[in-house]
Amino acid sequence: MGWFTKKSKEPAGKKLQQDEIWIRCQSCSAHVFKQDFLNNISVCPKCGWHGKLTAYERIGITLDSGTFKEMFETIRPCDPLRFVDGKGPYGEKAEQARTKTKLNESVVTGTGKINGLEVAVSVMDFRFLGGSLGSGTGEKILQAANYACDHRIPYIIFSASGGARMHEGILSLMQMAKTCAGVARLDDRRIPFISVLTDPTTGGVSASYAMVGDVNIAEPGALIGFAGRRVIEQTIKQKLPEDFQTAEFVLEHGFLDAIVHRREMKGTLHRILSYYNR
Amino acid sequence: MERELEFERPVVEIERAIEKLKNSAAESKGDFSAQIAELEKKCEERKREIYDGLSPWQTVQVARHPKRPVLYDYITLMFKDFVELRGDRCYGDDRALIGGFATLDAQKAMLVGHSKGKNVEENVRRNFGMAKPEGYRKALRLMRLAEKFNVPILAFIDTAGAYPGLDAEQRGQAEAIARNLTEMAKIEVPIVAVVTGEGGSGGALGIGVADSVLMLSNAVYSVISPEGCASILWRDASFSARAAESLKITAKSLLSLGVIDEIIKEPVGGAHSNHKATASAIKSAVLKHLKKLIPLSPQKLVQRRFEKFSGMGKFTKG
Ligand SMILES: [Zn+2]
Repeated sequence: MGWFTKKSKEPAGKKLQQDEIWIRCQSCSAHVFKQDFLNNISVCPKCGWHGKLTAYERIGITLDSGTFKEMFETIRPCDPLRFVDGKGPYGEKAEQARTKTKLNESVVTGTGKINGLEVAVSVMDFRFLGGSLGSGTGEKILQAANYACDHRIPYIIFSASGGARMHEGILSLMQMAKTCAGVARLDDRRIPFISVLTDPTTGGVSASYAMVGDVNIAEPGALIGFAGRRVIEQTIKQKLPEDFQTAEFVLEHGFLDAIVHRREMKGTLHRILSYYNR
Repeated sequence: MERELEFERPVVEIERAIEKLKNSAAESKGDFSAQIAELEKKCEERKREIYDGLSPWQTVQVARHPKRPVLYDYITLMFKDFVELRGDRCYGDDRALIGGFATLDAQKAMLVGHSKGKNVEENVRRNFGMAKPEGYRKALRLMRLAEKFNVPILAFIDTAGAYPGLDAEQRGQAEAIARNLTEMAKIEVPIVAVVTGEGGSGGALGIGVADSVLMLSNAVYSVISPEGCASILWRDASFSARAAESLKITAKSLLSLGVIDEIIKEPVGGAHSNHKATASAIKSAVLKHLKKLIPLSPQKLVQRRFEKFSGMGKFTKG
C-alpha cells in the first residue's frame, strides 16, 4: 500500500501528455479536467473523492494568506543504517525524493494563523517517501510540538503517511515514542492538539501521534488503520468488509470526532480552537 | 524428538553422544567418565563458537526458539508473590499481554508483559503473544495503578507484533498503542523494560517507553519482521536473512544506535539452554537499574524520559 509498491501500469509518452490534461477519479472513475480538479482543491467534482494534497497546498488552504512561517526546514534524512534494499541505497532514494518534491523531509513544519488564531502546524507530504516517519520527520514533529508548548499555542498535525520508514529500522520505530512524548507534554500543559487524518494514515503514524489528538478529524474516505489489509486477510483468512479502515469505519468505531470535507476543514478547525479559553 | 535449529545441530550431536555414553555407563558397560568429560568440554567450545558468531538471521531463530523461556518461566524463576490483575475495564481480558504485582527480591513492582505459550494449545489461548487493544489498555491501567501505589514498572517484551485482525482494528489497535506511548511518557514511577525474545514493532513499543531498556543478548527488536521487510522491499520473503542484517535488529546494533541501555548476556548456548541462569541475569540487571532510578524524583524521571526519547533518531541538519 505504500509508495514503494506503486507501479505505473501505463507506458510513458503519449499517455503522459494526456495525464496532464485529464485526471481519472480513483473513486468514480470519471475523467475530469485536471484544472477543474485542482481548482476544486483536488476533490473530484463528480463524486467528492478527496485526492492527496502536497504539504504546501494544504498550508495554502488552511492558514491565512501570508502568515505561514516555516521552521526546521533544513532537517533531512541521513541514512543511519546505510540501508540497501533490492532497488539500491536508501540514501539515494532519499536524495531523489528531495529533488522530486523539493522538500527535505516528509513533513513541513511551522507557524501560522487560522482566521487570526496563532497555531503551530506539521503537515505531512505523501510524495516524500510515502510520507513515511523517518528520524527527520519525528524530529520536526517534536520540535514543532515543543515550540507550541513554549509559546502556548495550539498544535495541529495533518497526517498523510503509510507508517514507519523501515529503511531507518528501529530508529524509525522510536519516532513513534518521540513524537508521542512531544504531544504528551502539550497535554500536560493543557495546550490543544488537533490531529487531522488524511488519506492515508496507517501503521506507525496511526499508532502514534495521529490517533491521540484532543480532537481527531478525518477527511472523507481516508484510509486509516494499523495493520495492512493484506496482512489481516492472511491472518484471519476471511474477506474484510468493503468499508474496512475507511474514515467512516473508524468514526463508527469511536476513534474520530468528525469527518470533515476539505472545503470546511479550516472553518471547523477555527470553530474548535475558538472554544479554547485559557 | 526435540526441535533444534540447524546451526545448533553439531552441538546436539555431541550432546547425543554424551547421552549414549552416560547410558552405557549406567548399564555398567565400563567407565567412560574421561570420554564424557572430553565431549562435554568440546560441546561447550562448539556452543561458544556457534553463539559468538550468530548472524542476525540466526539470532532471530534463537529469539523465536520454541524452548526459549516465556513470561511465565520468568515469573516462576525470578519473582515472588505474583498477584495477577486482569481486564481492561472496557472490553475484555487479553491473555497475550498480562500483568500484576510481583516482588523481585525485596523490591515490590508492577509487572506487565507479553505472554507466549509453551505449546500449541497454550499459544492458541494466548494468541501467540500478539496482543489486542484490550491488552494494551490493561497494561496502561496497571501502569497507572503502579503510579498510585508508587511501585516501579517492569515491562517484559516478547511479541511478534500487535495482533493484525479485524476485531483489533475495530477496537482501535492503533489508538491503544498510541495512547500507551503518550501516557508512558508521563508516568511518574520508574519503568524498566526488558526485551526477552522478539521485540516486534509497535506491539513491542506499546509497553516499551521505559527509563531503562534492557535486552537479552539473543533477543531482537525491529520496526518490522525480516520476513515482512523482505517481502515489501525485495518483493521476496527469501531475502529475510538479508533484511535481518540490513534492519540492524540485534542487541549489539541497538546498543550502538542508542535505542537500548544494556545488553544482558545469555548463558552459552542461548537462553533456552539454561532458563535459570537467564532469569538470574535478568534479575540482577533489573535490580541494578531500579537502584539507580528509584531515588529520582517523579519530575526528574519524566524529564529524563522525555529527553531520552527526544534524542532518538539520526538526521542531517543544515
Ligand atoms: Zn469521482
